[in-house]
Order: sequence, then structure tokens, then C-alpha cells
Amino acid sequence: MSRIGVFVCHCGTNIASVVDPDRLTPAAREMPGVVYAADYRYMCSEPGQQMIKDSISEHGIDRIVIASCSPRMHETTFRKMLKGTSINPYMLEIANIREQCSWVHADKGRATEKAIGLVRMAVSKVSKNEPLYAQSIPITKRALVIGGGIAGIQAALDIADAGHEVVLLEREPSIGGKMAMLDKTFPTLDCSACISTPKMVDVGAHPNIRLMTYCEVESVSGYIGSFEVAIRQKARYVNHDICTGCGLCETKCPVKVDSEFNLGLSKRPAIYKLFPQAVPSKPVIDSESCRMLKDGKCGICAKLCPLGCIDYKDEARTVTESFGAIIMATGYQLVDWAAMYGEYGGGRYRDIISGLQFERTVNAAGPTEGHILRPSDGREPETVVIVKCVGSRDPKKGKSYCSRACCMYAAKHAHQILEKLPGSRVFIFYIDVRTPGKGYEEFYDQTRMDGAVYVRGRISKIYEEDGGLVCQGEDSLLGSQVRVRADMVILETAMEPSQGIEGLTSMLGAARDANNWIQEAHPKLRPVETQVGGVFLAGTCQGPKDIPDTVSQASAAAAKVIGLLNKSEMETSPMISAVERDKCSGCGACVGICPYKAITLQEIDDRLGAKRIKREVASVNSGLCQGCGACTAACRTGALDLLGFRNGQILEEVDALCL
Amino acid sequence: MSLTEGFEPKIIAFCCNWCTYTGADLAGLNRMKYPENVHVARVPCSGRVNPQFILRAFQKGCDGVMVCGCHPGDCHYSTGNYFTRRRFMLMKRMLEYNGIDPGRFHARWISGSEAAKFRDTVAEVSERLRKLGPNTKYREALREGADAGKGGAGI
Amino acid sequence: MRYSYFPGCSMESTAKSYRLATEYVMGRIGVELVEIEDWNCCGATSAHTLSAAMGLALPARPLAMAELREPGLDIVTGCASCYARLRLSMHKARSDKAAKYLIENVIAMPYEAKREVYSFLDVLSGEEAAAAIKAKVTRRLTGLKAACYYGCLNVRPAEVTGAPDRENPMAMDRIVGLTGAEAVDWAFKTECCGAAHQNDAASVSRPLVWRILKNAQANGAEAVVTACPMCSLNLEMRQGGYRKHTGLPSMPVFSVLELLAVAMGASARQIALEAHHVPAAKALAAALRRSGGGVAI
Repeated sequence: MSRIGVFVCHCGTNIASVVDPDRLTPAAREMPGVVYAADYRYMCSEPGQQMIKDSISEHGIDRIVIASCSPRMHETTFRKMLKGTSINPYMLEIANIREQCSWVHADKGRATEKAIGLVRMAVSKVSKNEPLYAQSIPITKRALVIGGGIAGIQAALDIADAGHEVVLLEREPSIGGKMAMLDKTFPTLDCSACISTPKMVDVGAHPNIRLMTYCEVESVSGYIGSFEVAIRQKARYVNHDICTGCGLCETKCPVKVDSEFNLGLSKRPAIYKLFPQAVPSKPVIDSESCRMLKDGKCGICAKLCPLGCIDYKDEARTVTESFGAIIMATGYQLVDWAAMYGEYGGGRYRDIISGLQFERTVNAAGPTEGHILRPSDGREPETVVIVKCVGSRDPKKGKSYCSRACCMYAAKHAHQILEKLPGSRVFIFYIDVRTPGKGYEEFYDQTRMDGAVYVRGRISKIYEEDGGLVCQGEDSLLGSQVRVRADMVILETAMEPSQGIEGLTSMLGAARDANNWIQEAHPKLRPVETQVGGVFLAGTCQGPKDIPDTVSQASAAAAKVIGLLNKSEMETSPMISAVERDKCSGCGACVGICPYKAITLQEIDDRLGAKRIKREVASVNSGLCQGCGACTAACRTGALDLLGFRNGQILEEVDALCL
Repeated sequence: MSLTEGFEPKIIAFCCNWCTYTGADLAGLNRMKYPENVHVARVPCSGRVNPQFILRAFQKGCDGVMVCGCHPGDCHYSTGNYFTRRRFMLMKRMLEYNGIDPGRFHARWISGSEAAKFRDTVAEVSERLRKLGPNTKYREALREGADAGKGGAGI
Repeated sequence: MRYSYFPGCSMESTAKSYRLATEYVMGRIGVELVEIEDWNCCGATSAHTLSAAMGLALPARPLAMAELREPGLDIVTGCASCYARLRLSMHKARSDKAAKYLIENVIAMPYEAKREVYSFLDVLSGEEAAAAIKAKVTRRLTGLKAACYYGCLNVRPAEVTGAPDRENPMAMDRIVGLTGAEAVDWAFKTECCGAAHQNDAASVSRPLVWRILKNAQANGAEAVVTACPMCSLNLEMRQGGYRKHTGLPSMPVFSVLELLAVAMGASARQIALEAHHVPAAKALAAALRRSGGGVAI
């Protein structure tokens, strides 16, 4: 017979003003198995906990019920408390008489009745509780960072500096991401390449970092502490072991295709480095445009290469690596505004460019060597219109969210135009100007002082007429229509998650939010974790943000990973499924229902009468099982049960209520 | 006096820990008021709810049963509530076959932020069950069973 | 091909040449238009601003009559205003039970909205019709540069019209292409022409018309082609101050049906080309001359 102790918390007056402890505590005392019941003003307080601990030893209590606030609030508190007593932390049930009773009911009599019912349910359940013991799983001391933008770079460096091995995976031929494409960064106007390329070099040279560029994740299995990740190295057609990156091969390639890095504003050969400061500083051949790979005719690069690095027969290879933790740093892309905004010409007008294209234009290493020239005729624009929130804050046509960085880089673009093109005019159409950040508001103010004209309103139409772009819109402060003739238009377009995010997150089992950004485990308190143990978030894959926020989050994710990798093993929740082998018929219904692939069929030796036989039974992997219990409801023979929420425990609750 | 006058139904709600239980807690946090009829039993996932729990509740004279979880597609365990949905569509028909008004059973999706929905659902289900009156289907049988020794099916 | 036909009031009055051209072309390509018996005004553009119920019920009545008499036929209209009103009633009757109930109570007959409401553009851009047009074009309007003006109501609101592209629709461009004329790429295909306010707020509305004409000319067009008698009327009749304000020559405005009729051999008299405010025959004659036919129209 169990010896149950019941402890009723007043929670100050939160509970006691509605639920009468003087009725509840005596009622609990009469429940089957209860040997002791007491109430106290604050059970979670130090004296409250002490009182429980004392009562346990004094009354020989072997399991307890605490009637208090929600178990989501203090279940872990009380479990920790039990660690210092003679009873197992899982010999505890909590009756939620605050959130689900005293706070939601006004009638004291009926609320107290309900509280008695809730305590009775908990008492009945706890009578079936059993000691549970956390298991530990080993941790592979190695991290995978997916995405080689500034978020991935920062996270990889932080983890590597702490002494752990890191693989930094990037699907492009070079790390660097979007930051490498930018010219200057707001609000300090320091050159983006000058601050990001040294970090790229550090990554390339760090003894703890293995760079895997031009690679993609093919599959992920396993769980926190021991992920198995299959990584596909795309064919480079250039032997990077011998290549010195001299660049001779690139000079004579006859193919010219749009440069990804310069966003179509210039051409690149089929054998190319993403950009001059690429890391690794070695080229790859783009198989879709290479003449040799397409038609078998050409081979110029192979003839030119002094070291014989070119290998047209190169093939993609898949390697499988083990990791203890994974950081997602997959970043963002800009929305395809041309497909969304027919009223801006749908991409027909060459002098309407995106903010990122402007970054390439104004960048000294870009296609115009930093001269602001319009793409159609290479002329310097006299009037530039900047349109903000193209695709952002537009639930009908684009995204409902704010892309956060655009207000600031729009101001930066205006500043750069006014600085580089004296006498030019810049009009910025905006919905709101949002400048939360150190030095941001000051920068915006300065831009207005520089002469940028801010017009509050949306641009409704842009069309080309007589060699210029007519921007038609509204000045909502004046309440009038405005039309500006511009020579060039910059659209500050919305961020959206990188293409391919769906596949990657579903491989990992990580959730995405309504806008497809990766869902953090808690929006405030666990912003760099996902719901999947061991998978962390850095940068814009979680939502739009600027560089400082991205770098902060990357370091935070790295800290989480370092904390994990510093342990050699970790405890797992013991509230997982368990198989009673004798009952299991090996039907396998549970195998398919498990969302974590935690159940497999395992062959065991058994006896049928006197005969020795081999048969299959379900086996639960305690590292993978998350304790959802889906398998238990699917089990035909009742062989599977969920520890902590056993069938017997829940049925006791049901019976106790119905009494 | 009619059978249902002054009758307060006894309802058990199996709520998943991640969505509906959290939503119910939020209703408390916001001091929303709803009838006292519903007692919540916490489960990790609505997919954990074995149909036998529900049968047992009805067998023991519970007037109504609710199974509440995350919205389909939002399951904390990614797919659990899809199974719930399918399972309980069948469940309703089985209850009907057993002579239990399927209106006594409700499967609802309430997220962690939908405190008002939790409140409204509890109020709505309580009201419906008040109209349906007490579940007497197995009461008699239960009494007979109790006389003959302790009944009840184990799992 | 048979359709229930809602001509609309303009066809009976200002759009004489449009009506004649419609009869000519549809006869040629074998589209039978069954005029809806006892049809009434669709209410455009004033009814819905005065009474929501009338705005829905007026267009619903002829639709209901059409479904009653010719349950197997979809409905077609040649006017963008009518199209927008008819289509909205159809859409509401399908998607909003309360609206359907209201409509049926006002018109005192059932309206199930089972048949589609089409514009001439929908009908003429279908594969079968396009093939028929190709077969019947006897003289080509080579080199006639035309700006296809769809107007706002043929495409908006998208949830009612189902138009795939609200900014740069192409159906009329393709039809015009069948005559040998060249549809220019321009920016004002679906821009508002201010039709509703040309009388009460001319100073605001006139420039809207001029802007459309100006952009058409800036992109090399020598004529504007419409698919609506109201658009035609507005763009053509409001050119009074255009020359003075822009220094540009006035622009002939045709309906796409007129263009097709001429290409199929209709004479100017047959389709009353002389009824145009801006002389229209000249541009067409020039195009015909270019095609080498030299046929007078």
C-alpha cells in the first residue's frame, strides 16, 4: 500500500481566496492511500519545500501530490527538491488548482469541489507511479554548422575557439553569404568585406574547422549527441588538393553566364570563383553551362591549367559524418519582387534594381567598380527613388512581416547616392521608419540632413516613359498623389527563408512558422534553440534580422553548442515508451506511427513451450523517443506503455473523477 | 422536475501538454471564467489518448469526454494529432454503436495561445451536455457489476 | 459555340460600331449569341453606390433569366462595366449564402449561378475561337501599332474576375496579333481612365485619360484598342484638351471587334466606322495598304 502525502498550496491568496484549504486538506486526508496532508502559504518557497521534505521523512511518505499552480510552472522545481529526499523525483503528481481552478472559477463552493476532484485524480494517479531513472547518452564532440554566411562563420569560429571540432557546410562554392556581397554596413559605414573577409580567412585556417563548400545535406538521422548526417559533395571538376587558385583557367573560358554574386549585373565564366576573395580561393566548374561537360567540346581550361587540376570526370560523392549538435545558419533570400509586383513592371525595366543589386553596384569590387550607374545605359542617375517595404508589410501581395533591416540600409543607400553623386536627388517612399538599434536613429537623421526626401506612402505604379521611370504614388501626410520622374529605382525587398529550407527542416524534424522561418523553441526564453534537441538557430533562418543581431544570435547558438559538447554524456527524460516483450507480438504497428523513428523490430530468443524460437519484438531507442505516446495508443496487445503516463495511471485518474 | 434540471455534467478533458493544457493555463492567467464541469487530465500528446480511456470514462458514468490537442499540422511531436483525428472519427461511430450519444464526445484543437477558445469550448460543451442530461447508459450495469464484485476492464 | 448574350445599354446607344462589328465577327466565326430576353440595366456604375442590394440584384436578374431559359449556356457580355457587375453577382451568389438569399428575394426568382460569366476577351481568346478567327482573316492590318487597353474592370478585383495577371494581361494582345496588327508593350493596360468622374470632376479625371493616351503613344502606338464600349467612349470622347495639354496628336480608338471585323473584310459602312469621334478609318486604311492588299474600306 502506497503512503501518499498531499501538500496544498495557498499561493498567497491566489488559490486560497477561492479554493478553501480548510475543506480541501481534510478531504485529501480521507483519500485512499493518503497518510498525511497539509497546507501552506507558498509550497514553492524555501520553507515550503523544507516542510515537504521534513514530512516525507517524518511520516514515511513514499510519494506526494502537490496541489498548486500548473505543473508547467513548478513540476521541475519539485522534482529537483525530491532529489534531496528518500523518494524518487518521479513519485510526484501535481494537481493544478490555480490556473485550472481558482483563477477560472468564481463560486467558492463549486471551485473547492472541483479542486477536491483534481486532487483525487492526482492521488489516484500517483498511487500507480513508479521510480523512473534518467538515462544518459554519449555526446559526439563535434558540431555541424549548416550555412557559411556571417552567422555560420561566427558560430563556427566560436565553437572552434572553445576547442571543439566544427564542420562548416556551405552549398555555394565559397563561404561569405550575403554579407560578402554588401558594400558598407550601417550605421558605421565600415566596409563589409573589410570586416567579413578576415573572418572568412580565419575559418579557412582554423585547425578545428573543416570547411565543406559546394556541399549539401542529403539526410539526417540520430538525435542530440549523435546525429548522423549524409553530406553530398557536389562535383567541382577541379581537384582542390592540387589547385593553387592561380585563376588562369578562368581567363580563357569562352562561356559567359550571369554572375550569381553580382546578381546578373555582370557575367562570369563557367569555371569560376564566386568572387575574388572567395574561401576556398579555388574555382569550380558549373556543369550546367560548361561546354565540355554539356557537349564534350572545349577543354580549354584543362589545357591551360599548369597543374592538371581539371577533372571533367569528377562526380558527386556522399560522405556520412557524426555530430553531437547542429546549428542551422541557412539565412535568407530576397523575394522575387518581379513576380509579385506587376505594377512595378514585373521586371521589364532594367533600371529598377533590388537593394542587393545596388550593393553590388556601389561596391568598389562590383561590376561598375563602385560607380553608381544605371544598368540600361550606364549613365549616372540624377534622381533616384527608393521604395521600402516591397514585399514586406504587405499581407495581400507579399509578406505580412517587417524585414527589419531595410529601413536602415535604405537610409544607407540614400546616403551613399548623395555622397557619390553630388547634386543628385533621392526620394524614399516609406510606410514607417523603424530605427531600433544603437546609432540607427542618428544615422537616419543624418541621412535626412544629407538631403534625402522621405515621402510617407506607397508607390502604386512605376512605368517607363521618355527614357525615365515615372513613380506614381501617394504622399499620405499631404493626402495627395505624387509622381516622381526617376532615372533609377531601388526596391528594398522583403527577406524570405532560403530556398530549400523545407527539405532541410523536415529532415531534422524542426518546425517552421507560418512564414516558413524556422521556429524557435520559445520566442522569448529559448530563441536560439529548436524543438529538436541538439539543433540550434543562428541568424536569419529564424527570422529577418540585421548583422549585429545575426552575429549575436550566432554566438548565442555557439554557446549553447559549447555547453552541450563540454559534457561527455547527457541525461534524457525517462518519461518515454517502454515495451513489455512478453506481450509484444511483433506486429510493427508502432514502427510506422513513431514520428522519431525511435522504434525498431529486434530479433530475440524466446521459447514456445519447450521449443527455442527466434521472434521479433519492438524495441525503443531511448535517445530518439520523445515520449509522445502515439505508439502506446496504437499498440494492439498493450505491450507498449508510456512511463510516467502509463495506461494504468491515466485509468486511475478517470476512475477517480467518476467515482 | 425533469431529469436534466439542475444537472451539472461531469466532464473529463484529455489535454495535450503543449497546446491545450498551455491554453487552459493561459485562460487561468487571464482570469477568464468558465464552468467548473471540466476536469483536465494532462497527457503528453492527444495521440497518447487510448480510446479505452474514453470508453472507461463513459462506462464509469462520466457525462462527457473531450480530447484536445494542437491544431493539425502544429503537433509538438509533428504527427501525433493526425492519428488522433483519424482515431476519433472512428471512435464517434463506435460510441454510437454502443448506444452512447456521440454528442458526449468532443475532439477539439486548441493551441497554447487560444485561451478564449478553451474557455468557449468548455462553456459550449458543458451547455450541450447539460441539455443531453446525465449519462446513465452503464450506471445500472455498473451497479450490478459492483454487487457481483469489482468490475471494469483493464488494459 | 453558343452563349447567352447580355448586350448592355451602351451597345444600344453610343457603341453602334462596336455592336455592328460584334454581330459581323461573331457571325463570321460561328459564335451564336442568344440575347437574354427582357434583360435589364446591370446598374453600373451608380446602383451599387446607392444600394448594396440593388447593386447585386440588378445584374443577377438577367443572369437568372438566362439560366432559366438557356440552362446549358454560359453568359457573355461585351462591356467591362457590365462584366464586372455580372461577375460580382455570380461570385457572391456562389460564395455568400446571405447574398444569394438577398438576391433571390429581390429578383423573386431562383439564381443558382451555375453558369460562368465571360467577356468577349475570354470568348475570343479560346483556342477554338482563335482558330476560327485565323481562318476568317482575309486581309491583314500589317504594321498597325495598337495599344491594347483592358481597363480596370476586366481584371479587377482578381478574386471576382479570376484574371491571372492584373497588371499586364495578354489576351487582347494575342487577339490583336491575329489580325496582323502589332500590339505594343506599354504600361497602362489596366490603368483607371476615370470614367465615373468625367462629368463631375473633370479636372481630376481628364488627365487620367491623357496619361493613358500619352503612354500608348510613347510606346509607339498609333491607336488604342479596347474591349469595352465605355472604355472606348471615354478614351475617344475626352481627347478635347489632349492636344492642347500634351502637344500630341489625337488617337483613334477601336474596339477589338472592329479591328477583327475589318480584318475579316467588313467595309467601313458595314460597321459604321464613320461614327467615331476621332477619325478611325485612316489608320486602318494605311495598315491595309501596307499589307499590300490596297483594299479600300
